[in-house]
Amino acid sequence: MKSEALSHIRICDFTGQLAGAGATRWMAAFGAEIIRIEDPVRLGKWDVLRGTSPFVDDRRGHEFGGCFNNHNVEKLGVTLNLRTERGKELLAEIIAVSDAVTENFAAGVLERLGFGYDRLKEIKPDILYVSNCGFGHIGPYRKYKTWGPIVQACCGLTFTSGLPDMPSAGWGYSYMDHHGGNFMAMAIMAGLIHRSRTGEGQWIDMSCTDAGANMLGPVALDYTVNGRPLRRDGMPYSNRNQFPAMAPHGIYEADGHDAWLALAARDDRDWQAIAGLMGIDDQRFDDLAGRLAYEDELDDAVRAWSSGRDRFTAAAELQAVGVPAAGVAKPEDRIDNDPNTEAWGLWPTVTHGEMGRVRVDGIPAHFSETDWVLERGGPLLGQHNRQILGGLLGHSDSELTDLAAEGVI
Amino acid sequence: MTGNDLPGALAGVRVVELAGEASAYAGLLLAGMGAEVIVVEPPDGHHTRGFEPFLHDEPDPERSLWWWHYNASKLGVTLDLGDEDAQDRFRSLVATADVVLESERPGRLAELGIDHDTLRADHPELIWVSLTPFGRSGPRSQEESIDLTVLAAGGPVWSCGYDDHAIPPQRGGGNQGYQTGSVFAVLSAQTALLARDHTGQGQFVDVNMHAAANVTTEFGSVQWLVAGDEVQRQTGRHAAIEPTTFTRALSADGIDVNTGFPPRSARDFAVVVEWMESLGLKDQFEEFFFLEMGAQLEEDLHLSQVGQDPEVTAMFGAAREAVRLISENITAYEFFIGAQERGLAVGIIYSPEEVLADPHFQERGFPVEVEHEDLGRSFTYLGAPYIAPKSPYRIRHRAPHLGEHNSIIEALA
Repeated sequence: MKSEALSHIRICDFTGQLAGAGATRWMAAFGAEIIRIEDPVRLGKWDVLRGTSPFVDDRRGHEFGGCFNNHNVEKLGVTLNLRTERGKELLAEIIAVSDAVTENFAAGVLERLGFGYDRLKEIKPDILYVSNCGFGHIGPYRKYKTWGPIVQACCGLTFTSGLPDMPSAGWGYSYMDHHGGNFMAMAIMAGLIHRSRTGEGQWIDMSCTDAGANMLGPVALDYTVNGRPLRRDGMPYSNRNQFPAMAPHGIYEADGHDAWLALAARDDRDWQAIAGLMGIDDQRFDDLAGRLAYEDELDDAVRAWSSGRDRFTAAAELQAVGVPAAGVAKPEDRIDNDPNTEAWGLWPTVTHGEMGRVRVDGIPAHFSETDWVLERGGPLLGQHNRQILGGLLGHSDSELTDLAAEGVI
Repeated sequence: MTGNDLPGALAGVRVVELAGEASAYAGLLLAGMGAEVIVVEPPDGHHTRGFEPFLHDEPDPERSLWWWHYNASKLGVTLDLGDEDAQDRFRSLVATADVVLESERPGRLAELGIDHDTLRADHPELIWVSLTPFGRSGPRSQEESIDLTVLAAGGPVWSCGYDDHAIPPQRGGGNQGYQTGSVFAVLSAQTALLARDHTGQGQFVDVNMHAAANVTTEFGSVQWLVAGDEVQRQTGRHAAIEPTTFTRALSADGIDVNTGFPPRSARDFAVVVEWMESLGLKDQFEEFFFLEMGAQLEEDLHLSQVGQDPEVTAMFGAAREAVRLISENITAYEFFIGAQERGLAVGIIYSPEEVLADPHFQERGFPVEVEHEDLGRSFTYLGAPYIAPKSPYRIRHRAPHLGEHNSIIEALA
């Protein structure tokens, strides 16, 4: 079964890692036909995730990368050796029946393979081409190399996470690989909508650092309008809140190993509920101005209450009096023990040709008419050669056998 | 670079957005793509008009930079949705819309008789995108929630912080829990629009911020799902199963850099040798010999041999220290450009405002001027997340004043 939402869309896809593969992942979940082109000579290892941890068991190699499976669910896998003329011809045949070509190589790589935008247009005049790399294909840094943490550093996101007079804590994962992929999906779908209205293709140049910088609005305007930089004494202090100011607002020690409780008072009513529950009686904290002026003392008072309590029990007590609170969830808490993620179906099990049944990230939106479907794992190398080169393009079995023998597929 | 007079990809799409703290970014992105986004707020203004920072720090509903940023390119109307007459006008407005975007508490709109079930009954082509902390129907759907608790409950916080676990884990800045939800709300609206192209039908979409955070944590989730391993946070680098080595250094001008992966190939070692020599750092680096040895490598160093093979360990360690020494002797920007021009992937840890001054972002047209004719001047805003020459993403105009476009609903009465 497939979702019908994007079942009319076919993409010739060179994306990899997460920053690219994440884009076509969303579209695959909603039924788009994503034809992933891989190099048979290097066993698809342009995408290093094909062979890297985590692993389901002791088996290793290009069919066992746990992240590769997660990021490429519901896609089709085709191998083409683009060093050969025959491989290039077959690629052109796929492009000719595709709505879009997508890639997140370093800038210029697809052009060097012989498939720059001009060539794509020759093959299919209304093709949508979406490229995605750390700094985009325009600008002085277009050749610079990045991965998630470099993107996050250069766009301002890393700096926003941490404590005063400490190095940046940053993001403990490639946040911008997720959003690089998401913004790329946004760019692809915007391009497809434009194409369906006007019949016009285009080359959309997606840059992960632009997308990341776009996510830091109010703090940037505080500088451009008021001249107040975030790089200043006492800042950032990311567990506290600037816009709007709230106090308390933080992550506090709870009982147990590395156990933490997040809570905040959005207003004086929340504060009175917190003070009542925690038995804090201090007039300095009666209004927001006072709570901000004595925020260190306030945090000490909250911590005195939280530190002896189980994080989830404490959060429930705060929720019961109408205060936003949550235990800081460890992976097991939120994946195996959270009734909400279970009710949502957030961790679907897919079937992978070698790994078997594996749980993956689901989709955080449910559609009433054409909901997502995630059943098939990431493709094995060349798993769908016959389906695409034979079924879609009409090459015979004997031709495919010859192509395999000649090292083309 | 971008034809600024061209309509956007979503030209002709009307979005009615109920003003909301979490959904505001989704509305901004849709408006940037060219949709006509009409933001509906109460007659006395949405409470986010009271959010800091304010123009010249003077609180006023028309001076909130939070409101300015998140509501740029939108049109603004006021309706008191508790009032029956206004509810009728809202129904009429929705009847003209392609998409409704809202982040109301589950149940509130049903109580007012203006929820998606009621309004979609007469308009099956309507797309309705709801963005809530836990989805509309799950067991936690009535919890009190803000950005902080979404990120704490959803996984991001667990992975962010410092090597010293006596320090609380950190929530990164910029309301990323809300914004991650908003990004998925935009993808949902686009997907539903594309679906409607060929099915003719609209639909209701339930977007869940807690779920969005959960599936946006990379290894934090995948390690657990695949191998049952729990990642541990580290200062400025990926949370991991086994501790990894530092990637942060403080440059000569006091700005942090990310030093990236240490060199592993002969080419990269040769680059570091050349750079050390040109900076005159060779003599103060006792392990220089190991860099020269690395420059003679016939095969790249294998990470698996670090800690096993003494020579590999020495070369790897020397390269890491050499890069750090270089970074400490020059400015952060010199280090970033110097390394990248030499083919080494490193980063400068910019504060958000510093991005706007960077020549690369300027050449891409990222900082944009937005006219505030009411104040007689323009201000610099953040620009497009991607460059689409035929259907440009752009800020179309400043955020609306309170009730500035009420003529839209008056015309419907």
